[in-house]
Order: sequence, then C-alpha cells, then structure tokens
Amino acid sequence: MAKGTLYNKVWDAHAIAQLPTGQTQLFIGLHLVHEVTSPQAFDMLRERGLKVAYPDRTFATMDHIVPTRSQARPFQDGEAELMMQAIERNTKEFGVNFFDFASGRQGVVHIIGPELGLTQPGMTIACGDSHTSTHGAFGTLAFGIGTSQVRDVLASQCLSMDAMKVRRVEVNGQLKTGVTAKDVALFLINRLGVKGGIGYAYEYAGQVFDEMGMEGRMTVCNMAIEGGARAGYINPDQTTFDYLKGKEHAPKAADWEQAVARWKSYASDADASYDDMVRYDASEIEPMVTWGVTPGQSVGVSEKLPNPEAIADDGEKQSALLAFRHMKLSPGQKTADIKIDVAFIGSCTNGRISDLRAAAAIAKGRKVAANVQAFVVPGSMLVRKQAMEEGLDKVFIEAGFEWREAGCSMCLAMNPDQLKGDQISASSSNRNFIGRQGSSTGRTLLMSPAMVAAAAVAGHVADVREFATH
Amino acid sequence: MSKVVHVKGRAVPVIGDDIDTDRIIPARYLKEITFSRMGEYPFYDERFNADGSKKDHAFNKTEFQGASILLGNVNFGCGSSREHAPQSLVRWGIRALVAESFAEIFAGNCVMLGTPAVVASKADVAALQQLARQAPETEFLVDLENLEVRAGTLTVKVNMPASRRNALIEGSWDSTSLLVANSGLVAKAAAHLPHPSGRL
Repeated sequence: MAKGTLYNKVWDAHAIAQLPTGQTQLFIGLHLVHEVTSPQAFDMLRERGLKVAYPDRTFATMDHIVPTRSQARPFQDGEAELMMQAIERNTKEFGVNFFDFASGRQGVVHIIGPELGLTQPGMTIACGDSHTSTHGAFGTLAFGIGTSQVRDVLASQCLSMDAMKVRRVEVNGQLKTGVTAKDVALFLINRLGVKGGIGYAYEYAGQVFDEMGMEGRMTVCNMAIEGGARAGYINPDQTTFDYLKGKEHAPKAADWEQAVARWKSYASDADASYDDMVRYDASEIEPMVTWGVTPGQSVGVSEKLPNPEAIADDGEKQSALLAFRHMKLSPGQKTADIKIDVAFIGSCTNGRISDLRAAAAIAKGRKVAANVQAFVVPGSMLVRKQAMEEGLDKVFIEAGFEWREAGCSMCLAMNPDQLKGDQISASSSNRNFIGRQGSSTGRTLLMSPAMVAAAAVAGHVADVREFATH
Repeated sequence: MSKVVHVKGRAVPVIGDDIDTDRIIPARYLKEITFSRMGEYPFYDERFNADGSKKDHAFNKTEFQGASILLGNVNFGCGSSREHAPQSLVRWGIRALVAESFAEIFAGNCVMLGTPAVVASKADVAALQQLARQAPETEFLVDLENLEVRAGTLTVKVNMPASRRNALIEGSWDSTSLLVANSGLVAKAAAHLPHPSGRL
C-alpha cells in the first residue's frame, strides 16, 4: 500500500465514511457533466425524488454531439438536438452551472475545467467520461465514472470507491527535439501495456514532467486511462500555480497565497512509498505513431511495423493479427509509407492552444496534400478565440485545413465528423479502436498534433523532425 | 435491491483481448437519451454488416441465444466510461461476466447494475470458453459465496474485489441510498474541502 503520496493525501482528505460493504464514501470536490452520459442520471434523480446535492460544485457543458461546422439550432441531427434539449432542461431544472454556446465558455469538458480554473490541486474530480484523468495534471485525483455513478455524485456529491494502488512512472533526462507530451504518453502505453495500469493510479514524475508545461501534462494524464490506469497525476509545482493564477475560478487576492500553500501540501512526500515504480529514459522516445487498434500498438516514426509472429503472449499476438487485418497494413512496412485520407487536429488530448500552435508551426507556408481532408477543431470557444487572436486560423486556412467550432468532433464521431468507409486518419485524439471514428471499417493512426500536420502536408505519415518550423 | 449470490445459466464466449467499449457499443447509439433500447445493440458492428446481414459473432449464434454468462479474456471493457456498454449486455440478457481481467471503470459499472464481473486464470477461462463452445447447452453457475464457477465437470476459482462482492451478496450495490444517508457527515467535510470557486 502506497504511503505519503498525493493520491493518499487527497483520498484521506476526502474520505467521509466507511460503508457497510467495506468501500469508502469519497467526497467529490468537482463534478463535471456533459450531455451524453448524464440524461439517464437526471432521470434517475427524478424517479427517486432526489435533488442535486451540491449544484455549486457541479458544472456542465456540451461537447460530444455538437457539430463543428455549424452550431446553429436546431441541430440537423434530430437525436443530437433532443440530447441538447435534455441537458438544457436538466441543468435548468436542477440548478446546475451550464457552459453553453451563449456563455462563450463551451468546449470539451476536460479542456474547459482547467482553462476556467475549476480544476485545482488537491481536489477529487469525477465526470461521466473516461478522460477525466486529464485533470490529474494539476495534482488532483480525477477519474471517469459511469452514469449510475453520475447519479450518485449528483445526489450525494460522493462515490462509493475502493482505493487504487499507486505506480510511480518516472521519465528522466531530456526529450529529443520534435518529441512531445503525446509521444511520451504513447511511449508509456506501449511499454506498460494497455492493461498494465488496471488497479493503479499513475504518478508521473521525473525531469521530463518537471519541465513539461501544463498542457503537455494534461495530454499525458489524459491518456493514463489508455494504459488502463483510471487516474494519472503529476504533483503540483510552480508550473501548476503559474498556469492557474488569474484564471476565472482560481482563488484571488489574499486567498491566493493561502491556496498555494495548501496545494503544495498535497504533493507526494520525498520519502513516499509506492506499490510499484518504473523508470524510463527520455532519450529512448521518438515521435510515435500507432499502427493498430489499441493505443499500445505503436512504433517510433522511423521504425518499421512489427512482426506479430514474434509476440510471445498468444492474446497479444491475436490482438496484433486482428489489428493488421483491420488496418490493412503489413508487418515490416515502413511507418512513413502509410498514406492518409484525413487529418484531424483536436480532442481533449490535443485540442489546447499549445497543440494548435505546434500544428500551425508545421502548416505555415505549406499546403495540405491533394488527397487529404484536413481540419482543426479547437477544444473550446476560448481556445478558438485565443488561436484567432494569434492568427492561427489564417495559417491553417491558407494551408488548406478547415477551421471549425469547438467540440469532440472526430475523436469519437458522435457528430457529423466521421470517417467514411475504410478511410485512414492521422489523428491527434486518444483512441484507435475499431469503429471509433464513425465507420466500422475506418482506420486511425494516433500521433501528436505536429505529426498530424506533417502527415496532412505530406499525404502520408511523416517524421516531423524533417520539417523546418516557421 | 436484490441480493446477487448465484447466477445460473448458459454461457457465451466472446474471444479476444482488449475488447473495448466502442466494440461493445458503437458511440452512435449513445445519442439515445435513455438506456431502454441498448439491448438491441451489443457488438453491433461486429454482428452486422452495413447492409444488415449477419457476421460471424457469438451473439448471433443460435446456440448462444438466451445465454446469461459472458466469458471474456484480457482487459474486457477497456476504453470509455460509457455505462451503455454493460447496459447493452445486461439488457441483452447477460447477468454475470467471467474474464481474465476487466477494465476498471467497466467492472465498476457492472456492479452498479448488480452484475458480477469476476476474474479467473487464463487456463480456467480457456477451459470455460471451450466447454461453452463444445457443449453450449451446459448450465454454468457463478457462485459469489464460494467464489467459484461450476459447469459440467469443471470447478474453477474466481475472484473479485471484496467490497464489490459484499455489495452484491448483501444487496447494497445500488449505492445512492447509502451515500445520501451520510449527508450530515458530507456537509461537515464539504465546508473545508477544496472548492471550484477557489473559496478557502
């Protein structure tokens, strides 16, 4: 059992009681809500005659189903329109804060929590979305929950939970040029496996994370769940505090110093003990590309696709064989030879301003290849506004990318942004599961936003290090 | 709330590691604002071609219709937190799942629906899957009291977190009332825990 870690401290501070089952009643400091996994939960409250216990700790937005070309109402998709009406009705009836289009603060739920300063160190955060792990970047204990648990949090601001084990994942040394947070995330999933994190929270530590900006940290924690870890976190430090200072909901004036002192106290102790510890060297990591149907099936861009026959574990070998069949790729093929049809930049993994800047630096002065449909979907209305103030929209449009409105878009394709047939996408999102991007035969290559931009320009997977940036 | 101690019924093997929630239920079905029709959709794109014709999938096979125990492999239910995934399986008729391992959020969602998700060794899962394939009429018993699965001549040990097992056996898996009952304690704690307004 881990001791003295941020995980332990935040857990202990929020543990309300031990339930008769042996589980802990854990208080949830911030509950984020979106349109897809909440309507049934609100219905369950109505059926049971319950209210939202802490509406001041409950914040909703809409992201998964919103179209990104035109957000005019009613939506063309009748089902999506009904779902929008449901969250509008539910937030109004239950008195929940709601960031809709009119608020100017709508966006992907895991982008807006941090950018509005709602996400603060030492909190417990839950949301009916597996990528809630994103918020761990701030030194929070944040995890995804199902709809019945959304009901529990709405009704009581608590969850019935068992504590997780804690694995410290250290990456030391300096990242090589062209290697981003996304590459670190994909590398770690490749090494630790998509199931390696089951039962664990990951504490990301070491020089690479110490030196990483908040948006990169969010990318890494976002993908903790892709490695099976329900939560991932990074201890709060000056980088965290600098990011939060001045944010809309962050503590102000005299409260600020007191808050920082308190936030620091949640960080893991120097002599904390862990259930497991692994170490990697940053120099091992190069820009990564997935070739399969799990986020762990990846290679460095300069490598060739692996030979599944060489995999010892039969289950993993069968997974790899299935992946090659679905992807219509061949073992031994050069990664950079894979042609693409679609380039998607966005999502809760890589839809923040630094992601758009990195992609724009590659796109600037270049043109999207003739065979490629490329589009950029800012993670929130505020990210979009910031990008336009910097002129990034013009850079993208001149290069032949479409510039869209904020939403989840083609990350999960619950909206008009979908692959057709067996199209293959270069995508800055988080999952390459079969059917994930809206077509059951569609294919997804996960990579960093700069790598997506490079692929869009080249028309095939390309090594971003061979592109001079502007 | 009902106590869940034993689940009896025929079993359906769903072979393969890392069967993710998008494969269990494609995201387009999450646009429905109730769970009522989810039972029509499990493994939809693996069961049906675009023209509606059937693919080769265990959930399509005559011999597995009416099965109530799903036999999976490694990291079953990985990916999304969508409760639609276990909802679709439960509404199709699944009452218990046995696998080598489950994704954490998926396993938690199963318990919230009163559906045990128990793990067994690789060899034992393989033996159970083989039995279900060779003799699909066999009745399986998932026994949470003794943490065993019995089927034909097989008896295998299974496991699940003690608290989840307690919740099922005691019939307290619907946690809302337990949590709401402590609202006084919650209010006391809430007053001094980090708040999104930045209030100290």
